[in-house]
Amino acid sequence: MATFIDLLLNALVVGILLGGFYAALSIGLSITFGLLDVVNIAHPTILILGAFVAFILNSQLGLDPILAGLIATPVFYGFGWVIYQLYYNSFEKSGETDSLRGLAFFFGLLFIIEVGLIIQFGVDHRLVEAPYIGDSANIVIGEEIDVAIPYRLLVAFVAALIATFAIQLYLTRTFFGRAVRAVAQDMMALRLMGVDPIKVKRIAFALGMATAGVGGALMIIVLPIEPSVGRLYIGNVFAIVVLGGLGSVKGTLYAAVIIGIAESIVATFFGPSWAPAVSFGILLLVLAVRPEGLFGKTAGAH
Amino acid sequence: MTRILANRARVWLLGGLMAAAFVLSAPFATPAKAQSGDPIKVGFSMALTGALAGGGQQALLGIQLWAEDVNKSGGLLGRPVELVFYDDQTNPKNVPGIYSKLLDVDKVDLLLSGYGTNLAAPAMPIAIEREMVLMGLFAMDINTKWQYEKYFSILPAGPKPAEGFSQYWFDAVKQYNPKTIAVIAADAEFAQNLKKGAIVNAKKMGLDIVYEENYNPKTPDFTPIIRAANAKKPDLIYIASYPNGSTGLVRALAEVGTDAKAVGGGMVGLQFAGIMAGLGPMLNGILNYDFFVPEPTMNLYPGASELIGRYQAKVKAENLKVDALGYYLVPWSYANADVLGQAVKAVGSLDQDKIAEYIHNNEFTSVVGKIKFGDNGEWVQSRTIIVQYQGITNNDLDQFARAGTRKILAPADIKTGDLQSFNDLRK
Repeated sequence: MATFIDLLLNALVVGILLGGFYAALSIGLSITFGLLDVVNIAHPTILILGAFVAFILNSQLGLDPILAGLIATPVFYGFGWVIYQLYYNSFEKSGETDSLRGLAFFFGLLFIIEVGLIIQFGVDHRLVEAPYIGDSANIVIGEEIDVAIPYRLLVAFVAALIATFAIQLYLTRTFFGRAVRAVAQDMMALRLMGVDPIKVKRIAFALGMATAGVGGALMIIVLPIEPSVGRLYIGNVFAIVVLGGLGSVKGTLYAAVIIGIAESIVATFFGPSWAPAVSFGILLLVLAVRPEGLFGKTAGAH
Repeated sequence: MTRILANRARVWLLGGLMAAAFVLSAPFATPAKAQSGDPIKVGFSMALTGALAGGGQQALLGIQLWAEDVNKSGGLLGRPVELVFYDDQTNPKNVPGIYSKLLDVDKVDLLLSGYGTNLAAPAMPIAIEREMVLMGLFAMDINTKWQYEKYFSILPAGPKPAEGFSQYWFDAVKQYNPKTIAVIAADAEFAQNLKKGAIVNAKKMGLDIVYEENYNPKTPDFTPIIRAANAKKPDLIYIASYPNGSTGLVRALAEVGTDAKAVGGGMVGLQFAGIMAGLGPMLNGILNYDFFVPEPTMNLYPGASELIGRYQAKVKAENLKVDALGYYLVPWSYANADVLGQAVKAVGSLDQDKIAEYIHNNEFTSVVGKIKFGDNGEWVQSRTIIVQYQGITNNDLDQFARAGTRKILAPADIKTGDLQSFNDLRK
């Protein structure tokens, strides 16, 4: 029984932390896809770009990967600004908002970034060094319960929490944040109010992209990175954003934690090969009951 | 004006896409010169991007060094050798198309497989249909199902590779008199074949398999798996994994720990320079397979050290973005092409039946020593080595180029160190 409780507690703790990691990867997409309806399929690859920036600053200058991610954030903001402008000029401006075209655009972007990384860095797996990687805090309860909290996942969780909280505050408490939500709800109404919705979308898209700085750093803290590894996570990040509810940043965090806990519990008690099936099973179940996702607004609310 | 800008942006994007598509799908060819006549084309797919590219890139360089050597010494049958290869992106789905193209469009004369079981196995049906000799590179036990008489494997794992691969690992851990074992494997062809062999060996030793699970290659965190295995209190943990999983499992072992006496076995990726340097001291105690390490007793492979020296010099001089050390694959990918080349020279033609017959009936000497193939195309004798990571104190890559960090524990005749328990090496 003590062994069961030990396993359960560890699975819960790791699941919550893993959820934080997933949230950090998905939060940018919850803005670009969830709020702005831009199918940024390149998001995981942009995270890999962020991971490589963290890798360079860590291996060359010895900077902590998280600090490196923070330093890179404004650069990714600028990058997002440019990408949205290009996307806007190519498609939205002429009224071609067909999501398939957008998908082709971002698929192209994915390839360009991936090939660029391969040419520049090669294909070897990269890891970073930091004192919190490979160690854990242990909470011992009695003789048989020992809950290990891996620091690298704890760091990812705390960073995701801060990012979610900050973005949520920004979107709900600031004028500009409300404008971003307004652009998601009714662009025409916003235009009639004298606000330039393109400017709002550009900044919001850049904000979503900026999260790739820290998100990428967290990715290389948790996993080994090579240029194509982002493709593995395309399904996961989109599933989390949809599960959380399009347009809900806090929903993304909750959804990520639910997926994290489900994967961890299943991996511990039923075998790790079932973990992905269970997380996508949860997505299907939730969508069957609530098609708008856990925290998404129903169609009538728009 | 805005329309022009939009069109320009599209042209730019299209250009980028075309460039990307070109880089990802264009055939690569090594120019052949100095000899007369049409070149002999050697075709293969290779993991030049994706999860196994760390090995695939060094394997390619090994084959290119072979082509360089052959062309310098007059080519094959008086004709220069030309390599035609495509990036399979570590995706087995790409392999059948690549081999069809190699044979139908590029009209290659000889075939090599890509690197690794998952990428070599999908080439088998095409090689069989076209009755071509196929040289497999590090492909685990893929001929058991086909029994194809023109398949030959460069994987020194013995006549029953799935079992031979882990045989020495189980021999090495006998000293602990173990009773129980946990087996963790990736959901992939290679790891599954390896797991089957490990379970056969474990049962032969009378071990009770207390935990047996597969993991999805996308798994980001392995601490729940190590926890669940630990809960069964195994004396040994055997792991068959690919690079992402190997790294994640080593980190999880550092974070969660284990009381098992020996951990490791078939962990691919721990031999790659970048991963070894990245994991550093976390590797201490891991007991894993390998094929070539810079230990003094490895001089049984004449020419291998010199070849690796050439590889390392080339990587440095040309600033190539590939594995800096090249121990893991370079001698083997070189030998893979070399055996085929020697057979072509000996039979004096490109007749696939004659080449296959010659390879079956003769012993070869290459940079990995003497090679003799059995009826199923596998090596008649296992030469997989078991190493234990010991005395690693930092993340410096150079230490892995020197003797001492990967001590050979088996086979006994080239032993350079003694087995120590997992936790003794991690204090």
